[in-house]
Amino acid sequence: MADFGGTDLEAFRKEVREWVEANFPASLKGKPNPMAREERGAPPTPEQEAWRKAVGEKGWGTPTWPKEYGGGGLSGAQARIVQGEFARAGAYNPIGGMGVMMFGPTLLEYGTEAQKQEHIPPICRGELQWCQGFSEPGAGSDLAALQTKAEDKGDHFIINGSKIWTSGGQYADWMFCLVRTDNTKKHEGISFVMFPMDQPGVEVRPIVLINGMAPFAETFFTDARAEKKDLLGPLNGGWTIAKRLLQHERSGISGMGGGGGMMGPSLADLAKKYVGVDEKGRIDDQDLRNRIIRNMMDTKVFQQTAFRVMAESKGNSGPSAATSIMKNAGTWLAQDRHELTLEIMGHQGLGWEGETFQKDELEIVRAWLYGKAFTIFGGSQEVQSNIVSKRILGLPDLTQSK
Amino acid sequence: MAVLTEEQSMLRDAAKSWVQEKSPVTAFRKMRDSGAELGYDVAAWNEMAEMGWAGVIIPEEYGGSNFGYLSLGLVLEELGRTLTASPLIASGLAGASALILGGSDAQKSEWLPKIADGSAVAALAVDEGPHHRPEKVEATVSGGKLTGKKTFVIEGMAANVFVVSATEGGKIELYLVKADDAGVKRTKLSLADSRGAANVEFNGAAAEKLTGGAELLEKVLDRARAGLAAEMLGAATQAFEITLDYLKTRVQFGQVIGSFQALQHRAAKMFTELELARSAVEAALTAIDNDAPDVPELVSLSKAKMGDTFHLVSNEMVQMHGGIGMTDAHDAGFYLKRARAAEAAFGNQAFHRDRYARINGY
Repeated sequence: MADFGGTDLEAFRKEVREWVEANFPASLKGKPNPMAREERGAPPTPEQEAWRKAVGEKGWGTPTWPKEYGGGGLSGAQARIVQGEFARAGAYNPIGGMGVMMFGPTLLEYGTEAQKQEHIPPICRGELQWCQGFSEPGAGSDLAALQTKAEDKGDHFIINGSKIWTSGGQYADWMFCLVRTDNTKKHEGISFVMFPMDQPGVEVRPIVLINGMAPFAETFFTDARAEKKDLLGPLNGGWTIAKRLLQHERSGISGMGGGGGMMGPSLADLAKKYVGVDEKGRIDDQDLRNRIIRNMMDTKVFQQTAFRVMAESKGNSGPSAATSIMKNAGTWLAQDRHELTLEIMGHQGLGWEGETFQKDELEIVRAWLYGKAFTIFGGSQEVQSNIVSKRILGLPDLTQSK
Repeated sequence: MAVLTEEQSMLRDAAKSWVQEKSPVTAFRKMRDSGAELGYDVAAWNEMAEMGWAGVIIPEEYGGSNFGYLSLGLVLEELGRTLTASPLIASGLAGASALILGGSDAQKSEWLPKIADGSAVAALAVDEGPHHRPEKVEATVSGGKLTGKKTFVIEGMAANVFVVSATEGGKIELYLVKADDAGVKRTKLSLADSRGAANVEFNGAAAEKLTGGAELLEKVLDRARAGLAAEMLGAATQAFEITLDYLKTRVQFGQVIGSFQALQHRAAKMFTELELARSAVEAALTAIDNDAPDVPELVSLSKAKMGDTFHLVSNEMVQMHGGIGMTDAHDAGFYLKRARAAEAAFGNQAFHRDRYARINGY
């Protein structure tokens, strides 16, 4: 691409490579980011802590964020070099989670100088985990129907109500939250506030899902407190910010279709192992082979599209309208891939626990079940189709969403 | 839309405005109603050649502009929008590619300048049955004479020269055969899409070999497939836009039918598929320009994905238009017929899915 090339970038690559060699603990090579998992077990090891601190100090976990708030201050080309050198060394990016994916970019766009100074640096250093308080039992796809109430008490708000599907709520230090500050208007009565989770008025109860895990929680507020200084944007102006944040969320989820979900062996390689091949080297089940080919081709096209969207949006800030297409396209592919993997493995892919099954076999059944959430959260596939039809195709809206 | 150079943007804009002014779908309808022998309007083709479109991939020393395959794809996409019929794919793309990649200096000098200025039409004669099976070749050459039967030759009636696959000593090769050779007999085919096609019999026709064998054949076919996919992208995009307009204007039950979610979600699905297919089409053309090693894989990806997408959109165009879409007076039928003919040409979706898997070892 146009911004590649030039000796400066090569010098930068050398600098990054040497830094990674000097700082990345060899024992962590090829390991996943312990903080990226929504269900965390043991506390981090000293090596994990050292690596987080080293990357956090450099700001390279959030490479393109401004340097004055603790980001890397790098160009897109430089950021890709950092990413490439981490990958080359088998190093994970220890700085992640909702703060990086969704909240940070939103705060950088809408926050006051004081808010950015306070909240962005701990995200860049990986010190604080954020969770999102959006959905409520009565406000899922129709998010703007939310009822959690915030009363103005002068220098702070008092919050009462409950949130659901709080990702990692039981591990989070802070919540960014949509609250109702005006009962007379729907969208224009919503504000965006932030507050710490560790306070008497906040109670978190994990929700066990069909895959046996609890990546989400219910969160209850009884006279919980949010400071006035932690109101993001104007009072009753939270909906605009929420919509923007959801764009970041959706672009993150769609990545699961073509990128994140593609770890490990390909469907074709799995099928060769579990199903076998015919005398011409083709997967020995014509019907299954055809469906595998379709998924693998569509995955390639999805990746081509992600690349095209990126190339075309260069120079623009933030995600383009195509992100709404990418969420559906990516999640359909990922779900289809899970179904095919299960089918390829046969009964061996249905093991729940026990030594009869290999680790990847036990993982697939849970990944398959959890994958059903992809087309529900972050705006269901139906909501995404509504958005495409209204915002991009200009068809009339009957749902009164905004 | 791919990130374009200034030259490419100008070429696309020129094609867009010419197509809209000079070659709307009514021009295609007129051509069909007139029963044009060649399956295209010769005057329109001459205008296209004058603008240099027949020489987009041809080197400058042979009268072309050497702008490359993505550039030609941009023109084909615009032509596809209004189903403009022309020998551009057969001649300026497939025929020209065969000569550029496999022709001797003498062969290039003889044919490329004429292809570039539109005074000669080349056509690819490779199939020998109802399905595209380029590796199955029964036509043979012996002593410089070619004998065999080729089917569904696109622009076969217009061709001045054929690029023909045949075996010599059991090896597949490509040959140039002049259409006015006494050993050439062609039969016009009247197909559903009203475009030019013929069955061609060769009975000891004089054949000049091109250099490159089966590998050349595959390269030429991949270029033709990628260009055809670009034409299909234009046609499918236009079919979708016409349909979307109808959803916004047709009123039933007191409201425009585009307000019904059952139709909205199908429209959103079509839009999604078109965006995905566009990526595949542009990636294949770009790979050809870069002479990338994965051209066969990316071309099969684009032809299969574009075929599926045009198939879907052309069916939905008829369905969403309801009764009016079934009438000959409406354009929906043109897009539907062109979709199936383009899908079948140079390998349908099943062909390219199987090829994609074979290339990737499963």
